[in-house]
Amino acid sequence: MIEPLIEIKSLNVDYGLGDEAVHAVRDVTLTLHRGEVLGLAGESGSGKSTLAYGMTRLLPPPGVVAGGEVIYHDPERGPYDVLSLTNSELREFRWAETSIVFQGAMNSLNPVHRIGSQLTDAIKAHDPRGSRQAREARARELLNLVGIPGDRMESYPHQLSGGMRQRVMIGMALALEPKVVIMDEPTTALDVVMQRQILGELVQLRERLGFSVLFITHDLSLLVEFSDRIAIMYGGRIVEQAPAKQIYTDSLHPYSAGLLGSFPALRGPKRELTGIPGSPPDLRAMPTGCAFHPRCPKSFEPCAQEIPVLGVPDAPGGSDRTVACWLHPVR
Amino acid sequence: MSYLLKRIAFYIFTAWAAITINFFVPRLIPGDPVQALISKERGQLNADAVHSLYVLFGLDKQQPLWQQYLDYWGQLLHGDLGLSFTFFPSPVSEVISSSLPWTLALVGITTVCSFLLGTGLGVLAGWRRGSWVDLVLPVTTFLSSVPYFWFGLIMIELLAGPDSIFPSSGGYDPGVTPGWDIDFIGSAVQHSLLPALTILISSMSGWILSMRNMMVTVSSEDYITVAHAKGLSDRRVMLGYAARNALLPNVSGFALSLGLIVGGTLLVEIVFSYPGVGFQLFQAVGAKDYPLMQGIFLIITLSVLAANFIADLAYLVLDPRTRKEG
Repeated sequence: MIEPLIEIKSLNVDYGLGDEAVHAVRDVTLTLHRGEVLGLAGESGSGKSTLAYGMTRLLPPPGVVAGGEVIYHDPERGPYDVLSLTNSELREFRWAETSIVFQGAMNSLNPVHRIGSQLTDAIKAHDPRGSRQAREARARELLNLVGIPGDRMESYPHQLSGGMRQRVMIGMALALEPKVVIMDEPTTALDVVMQRQILGELVQLRERLGFSVLFITHDLSLLVEFSDRIAIMYGGRIVEQAPAKQIYTDSLHPYSAGLLGSFPALRGPKRELTGIPGSPPDLRAMPTGCAFHPRCPKSFEPCAQEIPVLGVPDAPGGSDRTVACWLHPVR
Repeated sequence: MSYLLKRIAFYIFTAWAAITINFFVPRLIPGDPVQALISKERGQLNADAVHSLYVLFGLDKQQPLWQQYLDYWGQLLHGDLGLSFTFFPSPVSEVISSSLPWTLALVGITTVCSFLLGTGLGVLAGWRRGSWVDLVLPVTTFLSSVPYFWFGLIMIELLAGPDSIFPSSGGYDPGVTPGWDIDFIGSAVQHSLLPALTILISSMSGWILSMRNMMVTVSSEDYITVAHAKGLSDRRVMLGYAARNALLPNVSGFALSLGLIVGGTLLVEIVFSYPGVGFQLFQAVGAKDYPLMQGIFLIITLSVLAANFIADLAYLVLDPRTRKEG
């Protein structure tokens, strides 16, 4: 649990170049440990997905990584920076070490290829010498793993329901037994029943196969239930990071509290739903100081002046949490 | 399967409708061929000669229209398209079969080449968007807006001439006898170069533009990002994922253009006096040669229908979403 797997160090991602550039991810430092589920939550436009695309070098133009490091601790080869891999090294790294389940569950499969061939081409790209039979057996095994009968290999994506397609994508993500699976709002397009079902299976798979998950969603209630640790993003920065239980029971950052007050509690006594007044910041014209201060009910003098630094707070709750808020001075 | 049967029924109906319209249209045009011949001879024909002309053309029998229609169908089913007026007494089928190979060879080969080249360049231009390949775009936009015939005239003006290797008209050198020998084929190829270049340049740009735009659209699809994330090679993503999907609209466009091969490049054939079907149709219209016109229209109609059918089949093969279960 303690061993780091991916260390994101002061990552900056911009859209566009020069003065016109929009800074979508600012100075993010985040560590994903071996075998843990790290939840990444925030409103739309807070930079969650951009962070995931940036760390895997899948940013669509005009997105560019403007700085930082993404250190991957390869169990065999030792640590290296993903951002400085050459193209062919990157191709080898992709899917074999880090796979992704994307936001657009419905459009992640190519409509004109069979499920089977989309599963096997990933395997083939990383092991060109393997036999066709072996690849197909593996693909069948993957489908069974996510609860889809093996004869669906012959199906086309349009013949599957949305839930089945997302299961196929999860199976595909596990094809090469990666150490990290990034889930970018994987269940947003599905109904709530299907969401729970798929996430439940995912948790079981993780216990069986032991991969780490970076789970990105705007649905904090899901994270509280399924993740070990939660990082909250606002305006391109991580504002709080703590074990899931701590976030739920005693969040320090007013934004985390606001997010938690935006959905009904699943268990325990009823709470008043409060929501967060105002709207997310315009990334082209960020407020001075803490980006959240114009919407923050507790803002005071230093908030508008200086950006709070993310650090271990001088507050009860242990040292395995960090927060960036003037209310909680860094120890 | 039922889908295919429905399509076939549709094509049979369309063919019937087209043949019927084909029968009526020339008969609704005012004037008749004998009058046209008389005016051509400047009235130097006596009444007997005029009458014998009417008999020859089969226009003397005052049959009701429906009788003519039935006879037309009867002849059609025997492969008899009647006698040509202008090339009298050759049967229309013979006249058409003498010109069809010219058109098929010239326009057929250039259409296929233009599709393959244009689509290939379009794939590259769409995939390498933002690089130097984008320079192709203004040129292709310009060329695709240029009409064939005008471009042909410019080509003749610039490239053909007494000292040039490009002849400005005809399908082969008049000094060569048609036959399967080096001299004739060489001469035919030489004569087809300029019209082929004209068609190629002005039609290829359309393929480039449409393929590039489809590539750009498809490139932003999620499954392309997934394919990259899977670590597939750039080439594999470009061809197997992006181009494979972007190709679909172009395939139906290609099938339609196959149908237009037979009659579609009339203007090019006129400009280059090329002995193909288009040029012949032009002459037939000028001479009010109904049987020849009908014959050519029939061939064009049937080839367009056949091409549509091929497009349907190609779609069934290429896009699994059009295949209905059952």
